[in-house]
Amino acid sequence: MLQDKDRIFTNLYGYQDFGLKAAQKRGDWDKTAALMKVGQDAIIEEVKASGLRGRGGAGFPTGMKWSFMPKNPTPERPNFLVINADESEPGSCKDREIIRHDPHKLIEGALIAGFAMRARAAYIYIRGEYIFEAKVLEKAVAEAYAAGLLGKNAAKSGYDFDVFVHRGAGAYICGEETAMIESLEGKKGQPRLKPPFPAGAGLYGCPTTVNNVESIAVVPTILRRGAAWFKSFGRENNHGTKLFQISGHVEKPCVVEESMSIPFRELIEKHCGGVRGGWDNLLAVIPGGSSVPLVPAAMMMDVPMDFDGCKEVGSGLGTAAVIVMDKSTDIVRAISRLSYFYKHESCGQCTPCREGTGWMWRVMERMRTGDAAASEIDMLFEVTKQVEGHTICALGDAAAWPIQGLIKHFRPEMERRIAEKHGDNMLEAAE
Amino acid sequence: MADAAHIPDEAETRAKWGNFAFSPEYKKKADIYIGRYPAGRQQSAVMALLDLAQRQVGEETKTQGWLPVPVIEYVAQYLGMPYMRAYEVATFYTMYNLAPVGRYHVQVCGTTPCMLRGSDDIMAACKNRGLFKGATTPDGLFTLTEVECMGNCSSAPMVQINDDNYEDLDYDSMTAILGDLADGKQPKIGTQLPGRHTVEPYGGPTTLKAMVDKNHDYRGEW
Repeated sequence: MLQDKDRIFTNLYGYQDFGLKAAQKRGDWDKTAALMKVGQDAIIEEVKASGLRGRGGAGFPTGMKWSFMPKNPTPERPNFLVINADESEPGSCKDREIIRHDPHKLIEGALIAGFAMRARAAYIYIRGEYIFEAKVLEKAVAEAYAAGLLGKNAAKSGYDFDVFVHRGAGAYICGEETAMIESLEGKKGQPRLKPPFPAGAGLYGCPTTVNNVESIAVVPTILRRGAAWFKSFGRENNHGTKLFQISGHVEKPCVVEESMSIPFRELIEKHCGGVRGGWDNLLAVIPGGSSVPLVPAAMMMDVPMDFDGCKEVGSGLGTAAVIVMDKSTDIVRAISRLSYFYKHESCGQCTPCREGTGWMWRVMERMRTGDAAASEIDMLFEVTKQVEGHTICALGDAAAWPIQGLIKHFRPEMERRIAEKHGDNMLEAAE
Repeated sequence: MADAAHIPDEAETRAKWGNFAFSPEYKKKADIYIGRYPAGRQQSAVMALLDLAQRQVGEETKTQGWLPVPVIEYVAQYLGMPYMRAYEVATFYTMYNLAPVGRYHVQVCGTTPCMLRGSDDIMAACKNRGLFKGATTPDGLFTLTEVECMGNCSSAPMVQINDDNYEDLDYDSMTAILGDLADGKQPKIGTQLPGRHTVEPYGGPTTLKAMVDKNHDYRGEW
């Protein structure tokens, strides 16, 4: 198990004050200028060497992402850092804890990351529903300005850097990076076609990098303790520590920082008091937030909780939002509710997603009650395939995958409901 | 709010809100938000200003607030952008109320993580108090909306009422919260589980125990 001294977010549970003085006592903002003194490229190299992969879901190497930014921005066309705090993926609740309990880790990370990618300013896009969290963050940013840690000659580094908070207003899609940029510009959050990628033309047409809160907030500690320290946790290609968020049918749901690649069973046993009703009662797990396919109990037990481990069982680590479902779960309803979520959150730009999410939800509701025909299971699968990959952003894919996972692993349950409703003869006739 | 939003007719709305303007306090806030964006990019502040406008309407009507058309027009004009661009934003994001709501906007999360932990019971508690989805109670006190994931999954189920989150709910605690609000009392914000602080495992943290009582600095152990 990860030792407390190796945990980055030591005030994760908010037992202590979030404010600047308390944060400094915990080690934040300690000789930040010295960390920056090594120079932009050296910071990027160190982050690359640490093996840090983006914590927002896709797992793209963070250092490499930074290196795509232009090296010589002009005052007319500055670089921007946008920090994605639009945490809306069902199951995810880690950025909220960072922001309300350890915001200075994020703000210090913003300065260092912004400096490394030669950005003029960072915009932290926080979801609108995090009203209390946004107030805390605003307060922390104001504290940092008052102490000279942001603004002109930020933290006495000789670098001018601003951090601004931008509140969303309730739209899941704004977590998609180009939708977030649109929203920051004061428009509807509808994703842009790529290319051009944000590193070429993002916010206000300027080069922009969008990073998750956790990816940015871990950077100061990585630089203080060295890439080798961070890399010592987790398997090859899956390094570091990670905030896991466990919800659903465990005895004690919680958010906890653990080493990457911790086996699923160990994570649940150590921190969550086990599965409700014991391990035999486990039905299925969604290991990475609603957008990844579910994994049946038997396959999940010994999976190392990292990007590759979850991928090997046909799912993904996503944001490490672990949704646990025991045998009392109406699994079809659980997935159908996710389909409703995607229907609700589709931005309406691309036809396959706008029409498809509603269609999929309506059919899923009939699957739930058993009012569908058995042949419609294949049709539903076919439609998910027509939505997947045919939209500008990944919301279409995210809406398709949970249903595909359900059909792949729980088809007999869907057929059972249909048979029960219609009687066995109907099922045979339909087949 | 797709279902059953009752928007007052236009003449009535215009008569009431046609002269809307930010109060000095809200204007000050609005100008701070505008200052966060580069010159000429003040449109970026439209979301913040719509939120402020809704809050001011809320104060004037003693509700959570909503956005009558003349108010959206005012915000658009304030930022020098076409009305339609501001209206688009107001309709796209779910936190802007396009119809009046009650004193307390009860937003129950119904997405899967909350559903697994019993959001049905929370809905039942609401129903038992006479709250119906998409409707305001006749006394104007409560409006009930089922919302999508609010990011409190490790302390589910939860409800957001105006600006406050109430977490780790069950039927009884939800009933008590609604009762308190109706009686003009402020319920305890955050988790409703006795002894739970925030999102640590119930019964006490399994990690970082040194942090519970004092602001421990772990650097000495590196």
